[in-house]
Amino acid sequence: MSRIKEKFAELKAKNEKALISYIMVGFPNERATLSAVKGLVKGGTDIIELGFPFSDPLADGPVIQNASTVSLKNGTKINNFFSLVKKIRKMTGLPLVLMTYTNILYARGYPKFISEAKKAGIDGFILPDMSIEESKEYLNAAKGKIDTIFLVSPNTSKERIRKITQATSGFLYMVAIYGTTGVKTGIKNYTIKAIKEVKKQTKAKIPVGVGFGVSSPADVKKYISVGADAVIVGSAFLKLIEKTPQNKIEQKITAFTKSLKKQTRI
Amino acid sequence: MKYPKNGRFGEFGGKYIPETLVPAVQELEENYLKFKNDKSFKKELNYYLKQYAGRPTPLYFAKNLTEKIGGARIYLKREDLLHGGAHKMNNTIGQVLLAKKMNKKRIIAETGAGQHGVATAMACAVLGMKSEVYMGYKDTLRQKLNVFRMNMLGSKVHPVKSGSQTLKDAINEAIRDWITNVENTYYLLGSAVGPHPYPVMVRDFQSVIGKEIKSQMKKIHNKTPDIVIACVGGGSNAIGTFYPLIDTEAELIGVEAAGKGLKSGFHSATLSAGTKGVLHGMMTYLLQDKEGQITETHSISAGLDYPGVGPEHSYLKDNKRVKYHSATDSEVIDAFLLLTRTEGIIPALESAHAIAEVIKVAKRHKKSESIVVTLSGRGDKDVEEVQNYLDKNVKD
Repeated sequence: MSRIKEKFAELKAKNEKALISYIMVGFPNERATLSAVKGLVKGGTDIIELGFPFSDPLADGPVIQNASTVSLKNGTKINNFFSLVKKIRKMTGLPLVLMTYTNILYARGYPKFISEAKKAGIDGFILPDMSIEESKEYLNAAKGKIDTIFLVSPNTSKERIRKITQATSGFLYMVAIYGTTGVKTGIKNYTIKAIKEVKKQTKAKIPVGVGFGVSSPADVKKYISVGADAVIVGSAFLKLIEKTPQNKIEQKITAFTKSLKKQTRI
Repeated sequence: MKYPKNGRFGEFGGKYIPETLVPAVQELEENYLKFKNDKSFKKELNYYLKQYAGRPTPLYFAKNLTEKIGGARIYLKREDLLHGGAHKMNNTIGQVLLAKKMNKKRIIAETGAGQHGVATAMACAVLGMKSEVYMGYKDTLRQKLNVFRMNMLGSKVHPVKSGSQTLKDAINEAIRDWITNVENTYYLLGSAVGPHPYPVMVRDFQSVIGKEIKSQMKKIHNKTPDIVIACVGGGSNAIGTFYPLIDTEAELIGVEAAGKGLKSGFHSATLSAGTKGVLHGMMTYLLQDKEGQITETHSISAGLDYPGVGPEHSYLKDNKRVKYHSATDSEVIDAFLLLTRTEGIIPALESAHAIAEVIKVAKRHKKSESIVVTLSGRGDKDVEEVQNYLDKNVKD
């Protein structure tokens, strides 16, 4: 059983939902990333999502775009990313998910990238520009190695939700809004309807995590009350890291994580 | 390739897009397939191309240039005379008509040199639609006349300050807008790039160029041209020129921007120096580093300053039907001045890349042979840029 699957089973037994916390590696530097990870672990996050920067992050809003630019300027490379993951793996047994764009995997070759990531301690991948139609090679390379987390949107048809669910393992990533990451729109009625539809189509076969624009304990509470099995918070963490001095990052992240995690215990 | 199965030209193309855009792209493909052979749609498109945009454009025998170079006969396909000043109008009229059939209320577009933005603003003005155009901040400065034109035509221009502040970043930002407003917005892509069906749809709308070349050459020489040359950034004028001639004997040459030289690292010659990868929804050749990060490009012409290329060009490179060469900024300035002074035609800097190639090629061929060069746009927008270049680099 994968670490992600085990985590969801463990939470279910405790009657809890999952908090998935995203940070961009190397933003603003590697030390900050390690401090933030410590904070996430202490604050009780259930899954850590690590962003690896891409030069052209077209599904991301300004906060993650900026973090990607800073991280790349700081010289973030794939090999030092894998070394960092190994360090994080020594710090925690939590599931680690990598979010990046298709070209990063393609450039190294899907099988090579996936094997190296797995070896470093990555449990799953999220690729926002990988549609299921183009995913054959990627899925073959990932099979039996790591979880492939695909995304669904509020406008995804029932038929497609079922197809995407078949290709997905770990959890299904439900994009809450029409928009890019980190854009605050408030909680829309169409999102609530869409979450219910996705839950219906997936028939509890796979957990559904809701992300994009989820930034506060109130958001977490609301999405969980309408059926989300997990919530994904990203840009809010990056904003906090950006405004916090290096030596306070761990402490601030711990406190914010706790405030979010509290809302997942029902 | 007639209509790419699964959106692929060989291994190139496809749809690497966020899930939110999948229904929009499917809706677009369904409507495109429905209307592309629809009689009344074609009639309306042809009406606007002829009466509004000024088609057919002339195939002009450049006698002075031919004599000056001394070799094959050079013909210019005068897309610079099309309304708006470039070939872009062929595509924008087609797509705006399609957007109207799809009941879309809002049009967004990206632009590099501003020619696609201007052609979008014009097509939207005449067909009664609202448009917003994303343009790299760097490009808004070096092509500011086109920014003024778009504003006057009623289009809202959004300068894009992320990344390299050029065409690539304008496309990123237009895609982000599309993701956000997918329910009412039509994304009018200006080149033969992006996710399927854009590359094939833009090619089809631009193929009027190659079709006219074929019939005009037949009238003049009763044969197809021996050589056909067009510049390649994203590659829409080139694919529109080449596609109808693919099954002929004509030698086809695409010309990329070699900037300060292919070895300098400051260029945009994707097919000459790139590797395969995924960007803007497509698998194609890209300028990128070993880790898959897209690298910054350079060209004196904003319209060719792009690290990717249409997927069908990647396919035609690999199957060797088309040759892809390049021209440096310095060669382009020489070609720009030569055409201006011999023929009294001021070409766009993009199109001057194709002229630079014909200068090299024509002298190696006999007088009985003919070369057609697609002059994709006029150069009024570039005169300031050229003057600045000349002030910095002393040239005759």
